[in-house]
Amino acid sequence: MIGDRLLRKEDARLVTGEARYVDDLQIPGALWMAMVRSPFAHARIGSIDASAALSMPGVQHVFTGPDLRDAWINPMPCAWQVTEDMKTPEHWPVAIDKANFGGEIVAVVVADSRYAAADAVDAVVVDYDPLTPVVDLEEAASDQVVIHDALGSNRSYTWTLAPDPAALDQAFADAAHVVRERYVHQRLIPAAMEPRGVAVVPSPYGGDITLYSATQIPHILKIMTTATCGVPEHKVRVVAPAVGGGFGSKLDVYAEELVAVALAQRLGVPTRWTETRSEAGVATIHGRGVIQEMEMAADADGRITGVRAKVLSDMGAYLQLVTPGIQLLGAFLFAGVYDVPTYHFECTGVFTNRTPTDAYRGAGRPEATYAVERTVDALARAVGIDPVEIRRRNYVQADQFPYQSAGTLLYDSGNYEPTLDQALELIGYDQLRAEQQRRRDAGETKHLGIGISTYVEMCGLAPSRVLASLNYAAGGWEAATVRILPTGTVQVVSGTTPHGQGHETSWAQIVADRLGIDPDMVEVLHSDTAISPVGMDTYGSRSLPVGGVAVAMATDAVLTKARLIAAHQLECAEDDLELVDGSLQVVGTPTKAMTLQEVAFEAFSAHNLPDGMEPNLHAQVTYDPPNFTFPFGTHVAVVEIDEETGQVDLVDYAAVDDCGNQVNPMIVEGQIHGGIVQGAAQALWEEAVYDADGTLRNPTLVDYCVPSAAELPNFRLGSTVTPSPTNPLGVKGIGEAGTIAATPTVINAVVDGLSHLGVTDITMPATPERVWSTIQAARGTGEVDQ
Amino acid sequence: MIPAGFDYQRASSVDEAIALLTEHGEDAKLLAGGHSLLPLMKLRLAVPAVLIDIGRVDELAYVHAEDGEIRIGALSRHHDLAGSELLRDQVPLLAEVAGQVGDPQVRHRGTIGGSIAHGDPASDLPAVLLALRATLVARGPGGTREILVDDFFSGFLETALGADEVLTEIRVPAMADAGWSFQKFNRRAQDWAIVGVAAVLSNGGGVTQPGVGLVNMAATPVRAAGVEAALGTGASATDAAARADEGTAPPDDLNASPDFRRHLSRVLVRRALEAAGA
Repeated sequence: MIGDRLLRKEDARLVTGEARYVDDLQIPGALWMAMVRSPFAHARIGSIDASAALSMPGVQHVFTGPDLRDAWINPMPCAWQVTEDMKTPEHWPVAIDKANFGGEIVAVVVADSRYAAADAVDAVVVDYDPLTPVVDLEEAASDQVVIHDALGSNRSYTWTLAPDPAALDQAFADAAHVVRERYVHQRLIPAAMEPRGVAVVPSPYGGDITLYSATQIPHILKIMTTATCGVPEHKVRVVAPAVGGGFGSKLDVYAEELVAVALAQRLGVPTRWTETRSEAGVATIHGRGVIQEMEMAADADGRITGVRAKVLSDMGAYLQLVTPGIQLLGAFLFAGVYDVPTYHFECTGVFTNRTPTDAYRGAGRPEATYAVERTVDALARAVGIDPVEIRRRNYVQADQFPYQSAGTLLYDSGNYEPTLDQALELIGYDQLRAEQQRRRDAGETKHLGIGISTYVEMCGLAPSRVLASLNYAAGGWEAATVRILPTGTVQVVSGTTPHGQGHETSWAQIVADRLGIDPDMVEVLHSDTAISPVGMDTYGSRSLPVGGVAVAMATDAVLTKARLIAAHQLECAEDDLELVDGSLQVVGTPTKAMTLQEVAFEAFSAHNLPDGMEPNLHAQVTYDPPNFTFPFGTHVAVVEIDEETGQVDLVDYAAVDDCGNQVNPMIVEGQIHGGIVQGAAQALWEEAVYDADGTLRNPTLVDYCVPSAAELPNFRLGSTVTPSPTNPLGVKGIGEAGTIAATPTVINAVVDGLSHLGVTDITMPATPERVWSTIQAARGTGEVDQ
Repeated sequence: MIPAGFDYQRASSVDEAIALLTEHGEDAKLLAGGHSLLPLMKLRLAVPAVLIDIGRVDELAYVHAEDGEIRIGALSRHHDLAGSELLRDQVPLLAEVAGQVGDPQVRHRGTIGGSIAHGDPASDLPAVLLALRATLVARGPGGTREILVDDFFSGFLETALGADEVLTEIRVPAMADAGWSFQKFNRRAQDWAIVGVAAVLSNGGGVTQPGVGLVNMAATPVRAAGVEAALGTGASATDAAARADEGTAPPDDLNASPDFRRHLSRVLVRRALEAAGA
């Protein structure tokens, strides 16, 4: 059962349209909201004239920031105070007197229909006084123009991890090779298939509200609704109906949610809003937006002796839910899979007049892995050895686990070199190197590039005490309830909140495996705080290694009780019972048995239970993991680069990942496929492009280049299995690994393909014009064909 | 995402469409497949007061041979042109390019007439018609007239069609034995070309001289006149391609600078001519 490629229970309703997203909900009497957004990145807001809008058919109200200011008892929440002196700007759902990014809400139109609301937006006349926009990250750090007057600086915080500065300095002083690299991670638009949506339905009496939202975090959103809107927590129900992807972008508390709650309460009727795709480009958080200065010291053989990383992180205009902490999730991983004795990391968070950044698939770990894996390739060039060899020389060895890293993590398990061997075998590494050389010798204009990356990441967020040490406001446990119902079917209530991951299938497999029953007998309930009141939701590749483990533990607790009941009724010792195909049998006497269904009915009727035992067969478990999990693997990319046009074709890709025991290998592969695509997209296609005024130039999917299947090869997937010793299932998260690995893999391939021309770097995304210009610069010529 | 309000009228014949155009004048737009117009309306870049839907005027969906040329009804869908045996046999360049427009959904809805009448310099089919020296047929209140493709594209998203005229037919020469090639350069398969090249060589019959049309190299679809002239004097593919950007004014956008487009046009024209057998 565990380990089977079970087809997903979720898919029939998703592909037939039976599933209901927020925008599909029929809510009679709901008023539609449309947002008036600042067209300026930085501007004072003068008077707002809504009279023309209010005279339009169907328009009921127009609210400004000052109109709504007293609707909230607290500003928008940031849950991660990374340092004691971190600067946090006041952030209200609707701007009060100044807009600090293009797309910030300055007024809200409320109308009878979505069309009427949209038509009226342009009729709201706002008197803006434009200010100098702060767009460039390094310029912002210089504080020439300060965005938030009350803070006095654009620098929000500097967070440092310097376990042994003297040892680090010595490592660099003694080094035979020092490589210094600078990398820029462009801003990325998460582009979930379903844009955000929200609907708030007030109860006709009692003051209760139901908040429907396309969110990854109904439980956290419920608490934050109380903290900002003042609705008592027990009066708030949050439902995440079918949610079409998030990638971290729905791990947030958004202005539109808090506006919808405030107006539903004020107006006493349901309110709703659905984001348009162009709105999503500016109103939903962005990912990455990071500049890294990376230094690596090594001995004469290329053995790494120290790393020093300095990072500037673009917060955007405000701190959203976990904005300042994103780079901390990568802060411990700048030595990657390598046995590096000394370590230094520091990150400065900086405000700019752009859309706030926050968690985006991988969150900090893609950035760290990119810096390490690119720098290791640079070191290989400096030492004069193959990128494969530099990695073999530096891996943490299998017998070193559990491994205490200089970056202060305890890697619980690992065995890196077999993933490299398997990946090289899958891709045919030696033949590719020969073909690369043949093309170069023949003077061909289509160059072959081969890129390698070996990664490790920390996921399964997270041990609550570790989160406390990082000043994160909440814990990292997860809750699950398992009930065997009187007629024998099983209900699982999960605190995790799937939005594409397939929890209904995987959790059913875990339960069915442990109970020896058909997974179709297991129903998984989730994503509604009235049904699942306790949970910490889905992000950080945490659902299986934390939530799935809680499900397994709750199943075991139920089974323990079932054994007590069966032993009581069969008049045998509990140890004499074995579970065979969903039936508890006396060892050696299979006729003396009770099915779990019979036990469940006995637990329900409660006619004959052991003395003092409570009726019913259910258990709730809350599991707080003792450590992160550390999935790892090696990816290899092959690119063809057309020297004449700069076009980069990703022609082959091998990925060998180790996520420990796999509950459903098909779902694991799906996560890796999507992850590779998203990582490759950062390397080759995607970038949120701003002009000098701070206007986003490509908010639509015509201009923001999310790749499709047509641009990608079939992936060659392999795996190794090193079970995590941290949890009883031996599992590790796999939701982000593909993204973490793929970006440096693909860029290493592009640089490798052009290395014989003297190219050592390429700016992401490696567009045709960039690649072509880079080749021209390397050749020191004008056009190749002139 | 949310277009401004508009009135909707459905025409069941060309005559009815012309009558409705005459009635509503400049406020009206014809709606065929909708795959150019509707996105512009959803972004509110186009705000027509009246849409006249000609999508069901079946009399304009055909491909047939007549007088040594191939005549194509303006409401033929890209998918049908890509699969037309007559077209694949007689005008393979056009069939091939129709099969590369957009994605399958676009090709099942979008029409050749809509694509041509939209006049988008980034569309593939106008460049093909330039290479083939097509003739366009328009019908208005005063009757039918023929327009040479070189006279058709008059400005950015502007054409020689009158506000009360309907593009009804496209006429191209049979080119079965002529060398041809289409080079489409883009970052994603579904995208408009950053630069595209449609080339056809003379076959001594219906195609009397080489034709080279460029995609996305100016405010209108344009002919690579310098290349054609060079080929006429017997220049090699490489030498002719060096003149690819003569007379062009390439746009500057997120995908490419004007200079890079000029460079790409030279590379792609050379490849097209070589592939066509020049």
